[in-house]
Amino acid sequence: MGAIYILWLRELKRYVRSRAQIIASLAQPMLYLLVLGFGLGPVFQQSGNGSYLQFVAPGVVGMSILFTAIFSGIGLLFDRQFGFLKETLVAPVPRIIVMIGRTLGGATVAMIQGTLIFVVCVIAGFRPVNWATVPLAFVFMALTAIVFCGLGTAIGSLLQDMQGFQLIMNFIVMPIFFLSGALFPLTNLPKILDIATKLDPLSYGVDGLRGALIGITHYGLVTNISALGFAAVLFVAIGGYFFSKIQI
Amino acid sequence: MLNTMIRVQNLTKTYGDFTAVNDISFAVEKGEIFAFLGPNGAGKTTTIKMLTTLLTPTSGKVELAGIDPMVEQTKARQSFGIVFQDPSLDAELTAYENMELHGVLYHVPRKVRLERIEKLLQLFELWDKRDNYVKEFSGGMRRRLEIARGFLHTPKILFLDEPTLGLDPQSRNQLWSHVKQQNETEGVTVFLTTHYMDEAERVAHRIAIIDHGKIVAQGTPTELKTQTQTESLEDAFLALTGSTIRDEKAGSADQMRQFAKMWRK
Repeated sequence: MGAIYILWLRELKRYVRSRAQIIASLAQPMLYLLVLGFGLGPVFQQSGNGSYLQFVAPGVVGMSILFTAIFSGIGLLFDRQFGFLKETLVAPVPRIIVMIGRTLGGATVAMIQGTLIFVVCVIAGFRPVNWATVPLAFVFMALTAIVFCGLGTAIGSLLQDMQGFQLIMNFIVMPIFFLSGALFPLTNLPKILDIATKLDPLSYGVDGLRGALIGITHYGLVTNISALGFAAVLFVAIGGYFFSKIQI
Repeated sequence: MLNTMIRVQNLTKTYGDFTAVNDISFAVEKGEIFAFLGPNGAGKTTTIKMLTTLLTPTSGKVELAGIDPMVEQTKARQSFGIVFQDPSLDAELTAYENMELHGVLYHVPRKVRLERIEKLLQLFELWDKRDNYVKEFSGGMRRRLEIARGFLHTPKILFLDEPTLGLDPQSRNQLWSHVKQQNETEGVTVFLTTHYMDEAERVAHRIAIIDHGKIVAQGTPTELKTQTQTESLEDAFLALTGSTIRDEKAGSADQMRQFAKMWRK
């Protein structure tokens, strides 16, 4: 228990201390929110879908969680390169415990980041339809964060150095984001896109957030929770497996 | 009563067609200080990694305090402490936080932890800097912190992989006195590697010399000198390993560090 706590705390401390990074990581979601939110707003409105800002805000929250969570998993690579990983790998703590500590830390950081974006959304004019269901949004944020921290850990365990980073970014992270319906409604999609979105765990995270924040959901609450729960178990297991196989 | 703390039998590690460690066997008794010497790239660090569960051997057997580190990893890890050759601190944490984290990971009870952290940071003259981030530390200070951390829990076996690399004579002296003291008072078994022959001669009870992945000689410093008919351990070492200079390939970690340094400027 102590080990999980101290590793969780470490992730948090590192996050709080990297102020430049916090600001930098808020910039991208804000671009999506403000530029797309206001830029595509009129078109979206004309097609009879209501306010695009309202629609895209949960997607942007989901996006910031995706990015933060994956990067915290990939932070493993930095720890490997700068040597700290060895310290945790030779400690008399089962690797799975080390992995859980890191994952919970990363997930907490991702949730803080998501909350910050949520606040930015509210400042930009986003209004949840019902404040009573906002706590439910945090459940979805937590689940989404855990899913992608698990994935990030798996990736971080498999990569040897930062050279594969662009590959991961372009072939895993960006597709997960774009196929999630963070930016567009999931109704009436072409068949292939429909299948792809259904296979993307972030779809359920974003849809769940939308359900909780603006009361519109495509898959429904139960599907969203179960799909995310399943993905969380699966990805944490995969991440844990590869993490336990790391050799230095 | 268990007397052999480290037993290595026919240990081999190959990477593709390169054999880093080639069928080595040795044993280290309880309370012994055992020095593992060899030129760059001889297989010292690879051996330590296999002994400390970081690397799976290609073949052969390892036993630490009677435990097979490949089977009972966590239990084996509880039995040893290690000071790595290359950095393993978290530079974004303070010196104290690095110590604290280590203490918690190694299940050192809180009260003992606080006492020992203070004592060790005092000993290695880092107490005044305890709340500074490690990233602000000089190379020597980082080294000292790594060493202090290695002593935080009292392991049965202590691995020291070139611990004095980049240390000034004062800190080196401090380190070896402390190692000797731990060895004498608490019976800690020490397995060390170093490039400084005088250090090995000063502290080690027994020495093994490894070259090209093979152990070429084993014995007390005196035995090695007699065997090679030389005056000093340094000469004995050169007689056994030749005087060609070895290349070591820079790993991706070194490249990354260089890259990071470039950007920090």
